[in-house]
Amino acid sequence: MKTETLKTIMGYIAGLIFGLGLAVSGMTDPARVLGFLDVAGAWDPTLMFVLGGAVITNFIGYRLVLRRPNPVFGERFQLPTRQDLDARLIGGSALFGIGWGLSGYCPGPAFASIAGLTGPLLAMLVTMVVGWFLARAIPARG
Amino acid sequence: MDWSSSLQGLAGGILIGLSATWLMATLGRIAGISGIIGTLITARPEGDSAWRLAFLLGLVSGPVLLLLAGSGLGDSTFSLGNVAGAPGEVIGEPAGGVPLMLVAGLLVGLGTGLGSGCTSGHGVCGLSRLSVRSMVATLTFLVAAIITVFVVRHVIGGGA
Repeated sequence: MKTETLKTIMGYIAGLIFGLGLAVSGMTDPARVLGFLDVAGAWDPTLMFVLGGAVITNFIGYRLVLRRPNPVFGERFQLPTRQDLDARLIGGSALFGIGWGLSGYCPGPAFASIAGLTGPLLAMLVTMVVGWFLARAIPARG
Repeated sequence: MDWSSSLQGLAGGILIGLSATWLMATLGRIAGISGIIGTLITARPEGDSAWRLAFLLGLVSGPVLLLLAGSGLGDSTFSLGNVAGAPGEVIGEPAGGVPLMLVAGLLVGLGTGLGSGCTSGHGVCGLSRLSVRSMVATLTFLVAAIITVFVVRHVIGGGA
């Protein structure tokens, strides 16, 4: 089988497991996400377990995988190298947080919920893509 | 405390972590949703789009698979899916109407674009790498989201 085909299959498997994980954990429900963010209300700890489980698993996983010289179907591991903290990172993350708090959707659950598409979700997906184009149009300084 | 939802959260989190490890092991890529899908749509990089599109299809089919498995098993012994209002269901309802979601989407797209990542890229993958940028980003969007929910639910008090 061609490497390109295998890479595509690997990408599909990664997405499938990710989508399953979001669905099993309840993250495809904005009410559960907002319940976690609502620390002054009836707090729902589920998201803490999701993020904790994912980070611990992947922390161990990365340590095992990154010992290898290269990925199975790629030339090199493509890891971010930047270390600096800039306004783009912090300001962007703050804007994202406001949008996340308004809707209960971050990008993963929003796209993973397409099978249950509603008008409001479609509206959000469209402007999310518009936002991505806008962010590309704003040049990074320095 | 609702332990069953916490356990399901942990199980789902482990799956998400395995997915991130899998993508690094096979393709050498960070499993950041805003990066994978955002780059696919806005840049369509040649020779680098097929796996992104496949990832997106997989992401969408994950919950569908769980829906099918759930309907096969019935809702008797254990429930697949963890929707707050209806345990055992898989996909929840949006929290607001079209106008609110238009604004939220723009903020999420622009914010994750400028900030180079979202809950998965910075949260899951960045924290696993002990990246300082990702720790700052994750703390920032968590605090911003918590303040937003506080203002919407308790200051304005609409009970979103």
